[in-house]
Amino acid sequence: MTQQQTAGPPAAGHADPAEEFLDRQTPLSRIRNILHRYPALSPAIVLLVAVVVFGLLNERFLRVENLSLITQQVSVVGTLAIAQTLIILTAGIDLSVGAVMILASMVVAQLAVGSGMPAPLALLLGLVVGLAAGALNGFLVTRFRLPPFIVTLGTLNIFIAVTLLYSGGSTVRGSSMPGLLTWMGSTFPVGPVRISTGVVMMLLLYIAVAFILGKTAWGRHVYAVGDDKEAARLAGIPVNRVLMSVYLAAGAVLAVGAWIQIGRTNAASPNAGVDLNLDSITAVVIGGTSLFGGRGSIWGSLLGALIVGVFRNGLSLAGLDVLYQTLAVGVLIILAVSIDQWIRKVKS
Amino acid sequence: MTATEFQPAKTEVRQPILQARNLVKTFGRVVGLDGVSLNLYPGEVLAIIGDNGAGKSTLIKCLTGAEVPDSGELFVSGQQVHFKRPQDARVHGIETVYQNLAVSPALDVASNLFLGREERLPGPLGKLFRVLDTKGMRRKAKEELTRLGISTLQDVTVPVENLSGGQRQAVAVARAAAFGSKVVVLDEPTAALGVRESNQVLQLVRDLRDRGLPVILISHNMPHVFDVADRIHIQRLGKCAATITPQSHSMTDAVAIMTGAATA
Ligand SMILES: Nc1ncnc2c1ncn2[C@@H]1O[C@H](COP(=O)(O)OP(=O)(O)OP(=O)(O)O)[C@@H](O)[C@H]1O
Ligand SMILES: [Mg+2]
Repeated sequence: MTQQQTAGPPAAGHADPAEEFLDRQTPLSRIRNILHRYPALSPAIVLLVAVVVFGLLNERFLRVENLSLITQQVSVVGTLAIAQTLIILTAGIDLSVGAVMILASMVVAQLAVGSGMPAPLALLLGLVVGLAAGALNGFLVTRFRLPPFIVTLGTLNIFIAVTLLYSGGSTVRGSSMPGLLTWMGSTFPVGPVRISTGVVMMLLLYIAVAFILGKTAWGRHVYAVGDDKEAARLAGIPVNRVLMSVYLAAGAVLAVGAWIQIGRTNAASPNAGVDLNLDSITAVVIGGTSLFGGRGSIWGSLLGALIVGVFRNGLSLAGLDVLYQTLAVGVLIILAVSIDQWIRKVKS
Repeated sequence: MTATEFQPAKTEVRQPILQARNLVKTFGRVVGLDGVSLNLYPGEVLAIIGDNGAGKSTLIKCLTGAEVPDSGELFVSGQQVHFKRPQDARVHGIETVYQNLAVSPALDVASNLFLGREERLPGPLGKLFRVLDTKGMRRKAKEELTRLGISTLQDVTVPVENLSGGQRQAVAVARAAAFGSKVVVLDEPTAALGVRESNQVLQLVRDLRDRGLPVILISHNMPHVFDVADRIHIQRLGKCAATITPQSHSMTDAVAIMTGAATA
């Protein structure tokens, strides 16, 4: 960060001929270009600073039990954020992620407990529910060219109503479920830390999605569609097929999220997770993914989810009221979006 | 139907590579194309000129699958085709640079060159896991740019949005030139370019022709058109007003036909 103002190759980085095309007038615009290139960089810095500050404020914060607790608290929102990132990358937004997850979790729990279905089969049907919900959203977005915001606002309400109708409003407790359903809540020791299966599952999903987004043609097409739909179409990308597959993939991720949620809360409740929608969007936005589509990284969303978790945990350890946590998250969102706007100015 | 002096393909000695008959395209009340026919022969540069809104872009969009004409027929090497989307035309070896520059700003140069036809790694990584051959594509992109003489683009890993307008255009042109196996269509490729870059693109057009690839070139720049074109298709008010050659008519004649002050 202590770069000289004189022109010259970057201190540690490889000599980059690309720089000749970049605006390198001021140190500020240089920072902007770097952030532009590595969208996960700013959330990484924020997370680092937050961890250090909260660690100084309260020595309990950095204890391994607390850190492991934060990861568990983050596992559900972190998983929803994967689905949300995929959709936001295509310049969409999904208000129904939380509702889909709760619906899937209720279906899985009711089938396994109420109908006595074998647990693996119940989980599989939960996956079908997630895919069906994604298919409905994708169908409405691609076929009728409705804005994703409106579509998912509608399906959000539909899914909530269906969940309550289906479950009769009652919660299924984890103690009555087969072990496989609550497995995501179990923890195992790694050295001094206790890690939950749900956290591992979330991380596996991140690795898989990061791989697909970064290394396959499909991933590149997701970015291209979010970047400029018409350009993608003219370049020969089947835009609607890509969009549909994104909503389906999101649905599948949400079904896994349902499994993690059951384990994490040790229950399946139709009333859980009302604020999960917004938390997932928050994580993605703080993670540096542009709401305008086409730019961002999946790892940024994990960092974003962690930042929210760290802020909530750290502020409460510092003895501050819950209201201040909410306030802090609000400030973070606006900050993140402002940074995104500023970075996007590189274009012009 | 004033401009249907065109002859059926049979009577021609050469078969057109690309042939359009009586294309009609309307946008609500607006008539974009009003019965336009066009022949493109092997190894020629066919320029399309005309005033703003004359239907040039609409014409080439209908030729390349970006728009589906309301009526009319399309033939590639004598075979009737029905293009529903741009990739249908690409499958037939027709590559296009659209006027609005169909590049993805946030993707890098190499990704843009290979957008929609990415190459995978050989072996199980590519076959099973569909892993892209990013390095290979970057190398090929660099080779292709060098081969096409587009020297201002050294680094193919720069996002296209960081390039100048001319460099962006070069990426789009390079993509068409690199992958066009039958026809290359360029809609105002020199519009944003400086003198040197314009000449580079014109040289590229000549090179493509010398390689046997026919080129359709839309331009408002008369000197450019008269410099490289073998034949000139003049669009006026959604119709083909005339098809001339640089030998048969002067620039002044062409402009007169274009504006309706004269007929061919
Ligand atoms: N998508 C569209 N929707 C409605 N009208 C359109 C559309 N595309 C083209 N038009 C209309 O069709 C006519 C022909 O447009 P076109 O873009 O083909 O002109 P052009 O000859 O390429 O002009 P320019 O030289 O300005 O590029 C114009 O009147 C235009 O307004
Ligand atoms: Mg045009």
